[in-house]
Amino acid sequence: MNDIFNFAFAIQILPLLAKAAVITVEMTLAGFLLALPTGLLLVSLRLYAPRPIGLGATALIEFLRGTPLLAQLFFMFFVFPLWGIRLPVTAIGILALGFHYGAYYSEVYRGGIESVGRGQWEACQALNLGPLRGFFRIILPQAIVPIVPAMGNYLIALFKETPILSAIGVAELMQTAKVIGSDTFQYTEPITLTGVFFLVMSLISAAGVRWLERRVKGVHR
Amino acid sequence: MKGPPSKAFFVGYFILVLLFGAGFTWAMGAGRFLPVLGQGVVVTVEITLAGACLALFMAFLAALTRLYAPWPLRWLATGYIEIFRGTSALVQLFWLYFVLPQFGIELSAMTVAILGLGLHVGAYGAEIVRGTVAAVPKAQWEAATALNLGGLRTVRRIIMPQALTAMIPPWGNLMIELLKLTSLVSLITLADLTFRAQQLNLATFRTTEIFTLVLLCYLALSLLMTLGIRLIADHLHARYGRPS
Repeated sequence: MNDIFNFAFAIQILPLLAKAAVITVEMTLAGFLLALPTGLLLVSLRLYAPRPIGLGATALIEFLRGTPLLAQLFFMFFVFPLWGIRLPVTAIGILALGFHYGAYYSEVYRGGIESVGRGQWEACQALNLGPLRGFFRIILPQAIVPIVPAMGNYLIALFKETPILSAIGVAELMQTAKVIGSDTFQYTEPITLTGVFFLVMSLISAAGVRWLERRVKGVHR
Repeated sequence: MKGPPSKAFFVGYFILVLLFGAGFTWAMGAGRFLPVLGQGVVVTVEITLAGACLALFMAFLAALTRLYAPWPLRWLATGYIEIFRGTSALVQLFWLYFVLPQFGIELSAMTVAILGLGLHVGAYGAEIVRGTVAAVPKAQWEAATALNLGGLRTVRRIIMPQALTAMIPPWGNLMIELLKLTSLVSLITLADLTFRAQQLNLATFRTTEIFTLVLLCYLALSLLMTLGIRLIADHLHARYGRPS
């Protein structure tokens, strides 16, 4: 046996890790899909709701961004059942990721919305579009394009935080690697392969984000 | 509310968190948990501070190497930055904690925590340093050359002061990320705030009180850090001017 890195063992556990990697990607996408509307709701409340509600939304955003995802995850995992909310661990994982990153996305949306000129709102009023239609048809489409790269960056960040879900036993990549390690007492191969998977995925997606950045700059020129 | 929240908002929020925490502790009779959670807070703050020092050192080292060193060193710095930014902090901690011993290198959980988080955050910091240093206009370099200032003096007296003022807000955000990342060390058996919460929960089953207090502790810490960073930024901006 090769005592530094056992390739035969690595190949043997590859199918298990591949199955777990699919779950990691699924959790990432589900969390992202929840974070997008959550962020939009939070930023709308913060920017357009009456002042007390706006302050409350800002406080909620700062709370979600200022406390660790792991602590939020444990809170949902341990406290929610006492309140009669019983959810499977995957649902808790998705909710925690979605809310945590929803707060980050609300800041991203805010940057985009504040970059749209005041004149656009005034034009909406002049055309009698109404606030909701004005927001969704005129303001938001203009706000989204410049923030697409930032959204991509936070998607990568979210992806890299999914190993935290192993703390409540979601069978994603990190959890699977840990289980393989404790079953076989060989940690080197599963944990290294997990690291390599994350590295390759993030390098590819970072290249994707750079491509998006160039496209967006092209649109604005 | 337009723009980022004001300093007054953070002061008010911090006071509100303290008052709510005190009222909540009193109403729930959770006072006896505070000493144990306090021990956890001390460990969390220790790791944050030590990790921040290592991260600062690594960030400047890696960024300046990547910008100015000859190619073998430059590649090394780039490799460090990409590897530590490209993988999860938790994977890195587990790798240091479980895999390194198999190569005969046994580190204590505390060393792993500071090393792992410091290197992880340092890689992100390196990109901040590189970005802000590269953003200093080229004409500043040319002016320094014209005045015959020399490489090191130019970096120290002309480039860095301008880059530093631009660096403070993103570094502030990164330090809050570091504070939040410290919660991961509970998963490698280090007795930080999150670890103490689980311990108390198993011993007393006062789940709601304990985990609420833990969230409040983290929130108070990060509000305090946000305020501190704002004050430093204001001080630097008053001295060197706002970044363009």
